[in-house]
Amino acid sequence: MSGNNGSGKPKFAMYWAASCGGCEIAVLNIHEKILDVDANFEVVFWPVAMDAKYKDVEAMPDGSILLTLFNGAIRNSENKHMAEVLRKKSQILVAFGSCANEGCMPALANLSSKQDLYDTVYDTISTENPDGVRPQTKWEVPEGELEIPEFYPVVRTLDQVVPVDYYIPGCPPESHQIAAVIDLVIQVLQGKAELPPAGSVIGAGTSTVCDECERTRNIKHIKEFTRIQNIEVDPELCLLEQGILCSGPATRSGCNALCPQAGAPCIGCYGPADDALDFGARLMSAVASVIDSKDPEEIDRILDGIPDPAGSFYRFNLAGSLLRASKSAWFGNGK
Amino acid sequence: MERISIDPITRLEGHGKIEIFLTPEGDVANTYFQVPELRGFERFCVGRPVEEVPVLTNRICGVCPEAHHMAGAKAADAVYHVDPPRTAKLLRELLYSAFFVTDHTTHFYALGGPDFVMGPDAPVAERNILGVIHKVGLEIGGKVIQARKYGHTIIEMIGGRKIHPCTSIPGGQTKGITEEQRQEIEKMGRWAVEFGQFSLKLFNDIVLGNQAYLDLILADTYTHKTYYIGLVDENNKVNFYDGKVSVVAPDGERIGKYAPSEYTDWIAERVEPWTYLKFPYLKKVGWKGFVDGKDSGVYCATPLSRLNAADGMATPLAQEEYERFFSTLGGKPVHQRLATHWARLIELLYAAERLVELATDPEITSDNYHTIPTETPTEGVGIVEAPRGTLTHHYWTDERGVTTKVNLVVGTTNNYAPISMSIKKAAQTLIKKGTVVNEGLLNMIEMAFRLYDPCLSCATHSLPGKMPLEVTIRDADGNPVEVLKQFC
Repeated sequence: MSGNNGSGKPKFAMYWAASCGGCEIAVLNIHEKILDVDANFEVVFWPVAMDAKYKDVEAMPDGSILLTLFNGAIRNSENKHMAEVLRKKSQILVAFGSCANEGCMPALANLSSKQDLYDTVYDTISTENPDGVRPQTKWEVPEGELEIPEFYPVVRTLDQVVPVDYYIPGCPPESHQIAAVIDLVIQVLQGKAELPPAGSVIGAGTSTVCDECERTRNIKHIKEFTRIQNIEVDPELCLLEQGILCSGPATRSGCNALCPQAGAPCIGCYGPADDALDFGARLMSAVASVIDSKDPEEIDRILDGIPDPAGSFYRFNLAGSLLRASKSAWFGNGK
Repeated sequence: MERISIDPITRLEGHGKIEIFLTPEGDVANTYFQVPELRGFERFCVGRPVEEVPVLTNRICGVCPEAHHMAGAKAADAVYHVDPPRTAKLLRELLYSAFFVTDHTTHFYALGGPDFVMGPDAPVAERNILGVIHKVGLEIGGKVIQARKYGHTIIEMIGGRKIHPCTSIPGGQTKGITEEQRQEIEKMGRWAVEFGQFSLKLFNDIVLGNQAYLDLILADTYTHKTYYIGLVDENNKVNFYDGKVSVVAPDGERIGKYAPSEYTDWIAERVEPWTYLKFPYLKKVGWKGFVDGKDSGVYCATPLSRLNAADGMATPLAQEEYERFFSTLGGKPVHQRLATHWARLIELLYAAERLVELATDPEITSDNYHTIPTETPTEGVGIVEAPRGTLTHHYWTDERGVTTKVNLVVGTTNNYAPISMSIKKAAQTLIKKGTVVNEGLLNMIEMAFRLYDPCLSCATHSLPGKMPLEVTIRDADGNPVEVLKQFC
């Protein structure tokens, strides 16, 4: 493994596309491990922490960066451009965090067309916009032309745009998992370990959140779904058994079941469990298996307790799922 | 027309770009601060169970998800017409006070502070957090890391996670804290009060004790006379978690206070075709363009704004500092935007004092932290102060509590017009015919928006804290003539 161009330490980069910044904070939360990164790598591009610019990266030789952690989804033309540039410049490109892996919550926008989205955002109750002004990719002002990136019809994952070598899930990835990955890469550099097979999910477990959850599980059979605000939640008992839709059965382990331990349901931020092809399909089958009825009418009534199936089953992973987007978003034809 | 492009700017909330157009004489004709991204939360938060929206909107910003979680939870309470038990409110405000300590600390030491501690035209290699630590001592670096660690520890204890908290739901919280945790929080809070006092003393010694810096703060380059808004309690004292939004005019007169549900009477937003972000302004005054003064609806929502919009601080040590602030700077309101850095430290001290008050409240460890809503959900607004400005969440639902409409007016967005104006004024003052555009000058332009604490500054706590800029000077055909960069 090289990437040092004979100039000492191998090169490291981190970039955000359409993201919230939480992945960067999670990396900074590894505290003193950051010093290990500094000791073993030359950080050549990381907009949150240092000054290198897009054109500095574009000027680097292809393959000159050993490791790039790419977070954020592909929402616009700037995101796509940077994904392509960093793919070319990097030997190892990692999809880092839920947005790059599977789209995250902002990919729920794939259920609406771009026009619908613009009409909502630029005509809210507090927006005064009688002329229906919308952002334009190019706009002539008295002094010259102004440009902003093109907003694409749908959110895409990183590997829908460029080939990806490894996947680190989580919203955001937990800091102890990030630290473990950094340790591994340093060991590989020192010849003490081997890289995992290309395409692997790293920095996460191989089972489900349920396996990490300390809540008591009995035999799961429920007669109705409820909402967390509507009941006194038992602090010890499995949330799904209490009728709260919890994504634990379909979600990859790795977070130590943070949310269920704090009394809130798992929302699925670590993505599909190791053997699940589609997160939503897996969770739906898990939910179907706990419904305690054989009567179609009663089953309908029980399922009515899940008011937002699309959001509940594809909250983090619509862009990366088998569905990817609604027809209207995909074809861009209005509402 | 010849132009200077600053693209991309980093370390603000998302991505940013500045275009500076020059006249044939070489003066600044106009500047445009463009925000080149949109994700569309107002659309995809529709159709969701309302209790999920405070979790969804966390993902607007991973640097300050606490603010979105709180504003969202309050909006969801309002949707269900439910008043959470006192303990739930105490827990939320406790988490929120810890968040403010952490966030303001990071900005002062890593981002804003270096300009003052080291000097605005200090060598680039020194004008960062490492330079600050070198100048004021290694021990302080340890304190900064400690403040940040303590903050996140408290946030996880109450919010369940260090990033993207999950425990605030309609009617209260999903969990409480134990007496053991309370004691730990109290200890960390008392430490934070001392740290807040220490930080103000540092500012006093290094910045206020230096006439050149005082002159810089008072200079016209960084002054705008706009309206100010900020959340206040029933005594008109600054509050981050709850109250009404106080609005004061450029002459300091309070023109009104609005409850969360009344925000659309006061705030409107403008759309421009050359940027994805909207420009909020005061509806009653109206949009008059990027200008200041009493006839322009442009307002500001920052630590400085909050101090201007309130009558004081609710805790004793912060109140003393509040009085000293206005007496030193010549009374209320203070329009000199660089004083925002000082105001931020006064807020840090208040947050720490408030943290201790809340951690020592006898009801904080009660297990009465949730009220089950009984009324039919309809519509609700929640407002908190994010570190970067007033944050408004507004949700409408059907009778099942599923959202039918969502509106958000976000912290940094409030300041989009003022930031644009500050950039323009700094550029116009600093770039004149024949000016050599050098690194020091670029930093003076950076300082115009760094004072607003663009959101991602919090992320830079342990790393060189400066806004990276690249300026390309182009001829009339757009060919680059000269490229200037700042590097550590």
